[in-house]
Amino acid sequence: MPKLNLAIYWAAACGGCDVAILDLDEKILNVAEAANIVLWPIAMDYKYQDLSLLPKDSIDVCLFNGAVRNSEQKELAEILRERSRVMVAFGSCACFGGIPGLANFSNREGILKRVYKTSPTTVNHEGILPQAETAVPEGTLTLPAFMNRVYTLNQVVDVDYYLPGCPPPPDLIWTAVEAIVSGNLPPKGSVIAGTKSLCDTCQRVKEQKNLKGFVRPHEIIPDPEKCLLEQGLVCCGPATRDGCGHRCIKANMPCRGCFGPTGNIHDQGAKLVSALTSILQATTKEEARQAAETIVDAAGTFYRFGLPDALLQRVKRREQA
Amino acid sequence: MKRITIDPITRLEGHGKIEVFLDDAGNVAKAYLQIPELRGFEKFCEGRAAEEMPRIVPRICGVCPEAHHLASAKALDSLWQVDPPPAAKKLRELFYCAHFIHSHIAHFYALAAPDFVVGPGADKSQRNILGVVAKVGLETGTQVIKHRSYAQKIQAMIGGKATHPVCGLPGGMSKPLSEEERKHIEAMAMSCVDFAKESLQIFEDVVLKNNEYVKLILSEMYQLAPYSMGLVDGNNRVNFYDGLVRVVDQKGQEVAKFASHQYPDFIAEHVESWSYLKFPYLKNPGWKGIMEDAESGILWVGPLGRLNAAEGMATPMAQKAYEKMYGALGGKPSRATLAFHWARLVELLYAAERMLELSQDPEITSTDIRRLPTAIPREGFGIVEAPRGTLYHHYQTNEQGILEKVNIVVATAHNYAAMNISVDKAAKGLVKNGELNQQALNMIEMAFRAYDPCFGCATHTMPGSLPVDIKIYNSQGEPWINLPW
Ligand code: SF4
Ligand code: SF4
Ligand code: SF4
Repeated sequence: MPKLNLAIYWAAACGGCDVAILDLDEKILNVAEAANIVLWPIAMDYKYQDLSLLPKDSIDVCLFNGAVRNSEQKELAEILRERSRVMVAFGSCACFGGIPGLANFSNREGILKRVYKTSPTTVNHEGILPQAETAVPEGTLTLPAFMNRVYTLNQVVDVDYYLPGCPPPPDLIWTAVEAIVSGNLPPKGSVIAGTKSLCDTCQRVKEQKNLKGFVRPHEIIPDPEKCLLEQGLVCCGPATRDGCGHRCIKANMPCRGCFGPTGNIHDQGAKLVSALTSILQATTKEEARQAAETIVDAAGTFYRFGLPDALLQRVKRREQA
Repeated sequence: MKRITIDPITRLEGHGKIEVFLDDAGNVAKAYLQIPELRGFEKFCEGRAAEEMPRIVPRICGVCPEAHHLASAKALDSLWQVDPPPAAKKLRELFYCAHFIHSHIAHFYALAAPDFVVGPGADKSQRNILGVVAKVGLETGTQVIKHRSYAQKIQAMIGGKATHPVCGLPGGMSKPLSEEERKHIEAMAMSCVDFAKESLQIFEDVVLKNNEYVKLILSEMYQLAPYSMGLVDGNNRVNFYDGLVRVVDQKGQEVAKFASHQYPDFIAEHVESWSYLKFPYLKNPGWKGIMEDAESGILWVGPLGRLNAAEGMATPMAQKAYEKMYGALGGKPSRATLAFHWARLVELLYAAERMLELSQDPEITSTDIRRLPTAIPREGFGIVEAPRGTLYHHYQTNEQGILEKVNIVVATAHNYAAMNISVDKAAKGLVKNGELNQQALNMIEMAFRAYDPCFGCATHTMPGSLPVDIKIYNSQGEPWINLPW
């Protein structure tokens, strides 16, 4: 069988997705046997110039991780899309925006000001900010433009498959690799993960308790056997796609939703609001208000990994348009 | 003026590019290491609940998420003024030793070794971990993969996930270690000690026994003399998890020693318009530009910076390796950039030895691993040694523990000025009369690669608070309540 051409690229990413590929351990050698890696900046020395020499559709699969945050990343997404037959949004940042997507709570100016002007250790009397072009004695130095918001990969280019997780677990990566190598690909648009919700497969004991309010993770030592939500901790399990192996839950910490919403959920945050409010025991508006106040930073919790992909964000965009 | 652009620079974490300007004779006028990216964690963490930070900040870097996780957990201990029980601290340190093992193995074998084992001038299709495996043999290759995987397993066991762990909370840890897990870790730790010793042996055989490489390590273009900074214990020995920050000068004299809350008195950051990454420096003597001069507060952190800043290692075999290294390099502090690789392996041995010690500590399986905070939060500081150097987290909150201000100064940034000088020096030493080849270009990259930079970390800086208005309707579809979020 001819070797596949594989490209692995990171945009606004943390590198954890690349490490997750290394976490295939000895199977990484099987990947190398089945594929020529034509771009992988963390591990290989191919440059953008090498990439630009590749013809259209010459990359069989591109695993694209990270969100799209600046002009260079957008351009690379476009170049890679044009050259790739199959584009995989790899990891939660590429799929839904991920943690870097929380930046959509603010704008370009707010970020630049805090980072380069008002942080307590920064000394910048001239108020210098990074510029697209800077004249230095020897010539001109250029930088990509920092965009006003964070985009998911499919907001920038067409995506064929989604592999969620922050980072995706090695067993799912291997499932995807096998599907790719064997040519046994699911329908376009498929999410390579579970179909149920995390709660559906969670081993913790659920008793349908009613709550008066919520507690924060540092305020209690939860029982390791019982449902965390029923112990009063906000757990995103009801609105999160299964497939991670309950990694946080097993460490006695509530889920924060990194696998994104299950297929039938339109908006992960909205679903969480309805799930959480349904277990609250509030008969009057006052009780409901008091209970709601026990959830701090609801937006940052319910949209921890998916703000750029959320309904909320779309509303904002339409307003701006 | 002609220019050579290396874009992207490769075999590192994150994004970067090098611009080399040539004069009319084709010699290097100046080389710049630019960081083209910014994310902005300082800003978008505002408005978040402080206790969530250990689960948010690891996304600054997926190669050293544990460093951010623990710096954050320590900042929360300080924010809520709660001291974790001794077993929790030991568990954190054990977890952290495993992290160093993963990170140092990944850097040495996957990112750095291709330059030495395969060779700096080898074809780029070979200059990678697969080329290394082809060269050292599948057996050694398998050992490398196995031990990095052990380190990841141990982190996942304690932290829930190897990448982006969840175990750290103000006042302790989320889950105790079972006796069965402990035994498993102990066995893996023993194997890691042997593997670390073998790695030092490989370094000796492949690098130190090769005159070309030794000449390279000692050549002037790979030398630099900045200040060195790192955490030390009560005996001035290297410590990754706790202690005071110690800074030594170019002669090895201590010039500063401070606790986490004092960091703004010692560290400041400079901004240049041609990079998204800031340049941290020592406040005293101050910023004098990107130049190699004792008058300028430019720093070295990371393995060599740490070993330079300390007086030794806290475990016996690592101490021996430390003495051997400085003996060969001609004393302390070392100026050899490429000796970062050697120092990294000395630390690999320390991390493995310390991991074994901790896994055999009777207290490590204690279930007393959490204190619930009672104080009202306001301001917290957390420092750890990331594999790439000293990492500072600083949080300010309101009385509910909601973040109002966040400042993070990461390891790689401390090295940014030094890396720029190293890249410039290497370029000047390697590109002459307009002649350049692939080997020279790669050897310019070797100048920054020694530092194991993580520009993912360095460009963490992203934005905070979205007013959400949630209306709940009753079963008849009538508006019932507006939730105040
Ligand atoms: S999905 Fe998670 S692991 Fe992957 S790049 Fe984003 S933050 Fe890092
Ligand atoms: S809410 Fe969380 S702990 Fe409870 S069943 Fe769902 S996933 Fe498990
Ligand atoms: S438990 Fe939730 S947050 Fe944790 S890995 Fe699974 S999906 Fe992600």
